[in-house]
Amino acid sequence: MADSVIRIEGLNKSYETSAGLFPALKDVSLDIATGEFVAIMGPSGSGKSTFMNILGCLDKPTSGRYLLDGRSVVEYGKDELAGLRNRTIGFVFQGFNLLQRMSLLDNVALPLIYCGVEHSERQRRSHELLARVGLEKLAGSMPNKISGGQQQRVAIARALINNPRLLLADEPTGNLDSHTGEEIMNLFESLNREGITIVLVTHEENIARHAQRQVRFFDGDIVSDQPTSITEATA
Amino acid sequence: MMLAMLGEAWRAMGANRLRTFLTMLGMVIGVGAVVLMMSIGQGAQYAIKQSISAMGSNLFILLAGHTSSGGVRSASGGGHTLTVEDAEAIGELPGIQSVAPIHPGSAQVIYGPNNWNTSIIGSTPGYLDARSWTIDTGSAFTDSDVRSATRVALIGKTAAENLFGDEDPVGKTIRIRQSPFVILGTLGVKGQSMDGRDQDDTLIIPLTTAQRQVFGTEFPGSVRMIMAQTTTQEIMPTVEKDMTALLRQRHRLRVGMDDDFFLRNLTAVADSAEESTRVMSMLLGAIASVSLLVGGIGIMNIMLVSVTERTREIGIRMAIGARERDILMQFLLEAIIISVAGCFIGLLLGIGGALMVEALTGTMVIISLSSVMVAFGVAATVGIFFGFYPARKAARLDPIEALRYQ
Repeated sequence: MADSVIRIEGLNKSYETSAGLFPALKDVSLDIATGEFVAIMGPSGSGKSTFMNILGCLDKPTSGRYLLDGRSVVEYGKDELAGLRNRTIGFVFQGFNLLQRMSLLDNVALPLIYCGVEHSERQRRSHELLARVGLEKLAGSMPNKISGGQQQRVAIARALINNPRLLLADEPTGNLDSHTGEEIMNLFESLNREGITIVLVTHEENIARHAQRQVRFFDGDIVSDQPTSITEATA
Repeated sequence: MMLAMLGEAWRAMGANRLRTFLTMLGMVIGVGAVVLMMSIGQGAQYAIKQSISAMGSNLFILLAGHTSSGGVRSASGGGHTLTVEDAEAIGELPGIQSVAPIHPGSAQVIYGPNNWNTSIIGSTPGYLDARSWTIDTGSAFTDSDVRSATRVALIGKTAAENLFGDEDPVGKTIRIRQSPFVILGTLGVKGQSMDGRDQDDTLIIPLTTAQRQVFGTEFPGSVRMIMAQTTTQEIMPTVEKDMTALLRQRHRLRVGMDDDFFLRNLTAVADSAEESTRVMSMLLGAIASVSLLVGGIGIMNIMLVSVTERTREIGIRMAIGARERDILMQFLLEAIIISVAGCFIGLLLGIGGALMVEALTGTMVIISLSSVMVAFGVAATVGIFFGFYPARKAARLDPIEALRYQ
């Protein structure tokens, strides 16, 4: 696949613990093509969070290859990784992770500060993204004044502001009720239809169902990798 | 970019106003104390300098040696060992700018219905140069007045006020010990001497007139005092040696015999007074700087707390693309803003305090640009220095750990 957004080969990650070296990921390989919508599943401790951190350039593997957008990022320095997180990857967290002291508008615009975009342009794009997630009327509100679902929408808008090729979501619906969770997943689906590659971690089957492909981790390795249609059929 | 960073810092400071204010207070007090202390110290230094220049700069005073008759020793200057010729010979030495033989005394002076006891200095025109004394109105007497012992006088401001009131003294005739004297000019105001004497309560008359007509002298040609001024301060030690050698030679003193005159370096006395106030003001400044240091440590302390408190925020910022230097700059800016703003308030308070001290106690204070600049520079440095460690700690956080932090 020439147009892989993510190509991972023989990835290993171990942690130093008091009990010795603990292998969190064992020889993981995975290809994700442009425009895919992948759900990563697995019980806690299966290595899926470690895998997401490496995908998100927040952590580095102990060994193995990771090509993001065709570039090998394993050798990248800290500043270059920060640049990737800023422009190539968008992050959505379980706990929303908005800065409480800032208005929604400023929260969404925050990544643009780190790539030197002018104030007026930051404001303009932030308004645009808030409109896209349906919250333009709340631009001046503070995060603690809005609902969880709305906060997650703001977080998605923030993740999208630099037009990333890849959107990574770590349990994005974990703090939301099932109805609001569905709404967020619908938003992800429509973003995916616009061409953004989405990788999301979840342990809920009905959330994973929104993805086209489901990858299951167990004990630091991928145990199954199937299109959602097949998973549905066997269930 | 920078503007956005400033906005961020401002927001962070505004989020905890009381804490920001208290942190700032450390700087405010430190800078305020430095400025106040330096102003007072420099004011004291200036006051000393003033009294030195009022006395005249680079001055030597030669007093005649004492006499002893029947075991009773007179005061220095009581003898008759110094002569006008000595003064003239000193005037020939290299490095001497002006020299003036002096016959001091005091007498009752009468003008119309007024009379006033004032100090009378008999000297030559060189005296005015040596003491950097100016003529306010009228003119000074000349060497020919000294040669012919004319009865003319220059009058100081205090003496003039007491004798003439509002009248212009120039051209008027006064009487000293029954002799009429014409006032040629009035002297510029000199103020107090270092020992608190009013230097303007005086009359200056030609030396010869003083000796022959006012005070009289057993030994014409001898003087009680000679004042000599050198061209620069640096050559004073050399001139001092030359002068001593010259006088010993002129007075035919053999090796081993005591000097029959006293030589005093007035500038040295004044210099040591100035030096001691300088040391005092430096000491005050140093003590005040300690509070600046304490203020800096306060900033560091609060910044460390702030970094820990905002660990999660740092993690979020890193996750969305902040580089190490962005985080470093954010916290460093915060520390610098706190210290510079604190410094600014401290400056205002320090200057206000200095002006208040001046108004309440009459002590002279000088708020110099240099002390303001020093305080400002030190405050900014303190901010950077004490802000750097916490900021670096923030920048070095591991993004994953920071994101997990609750």
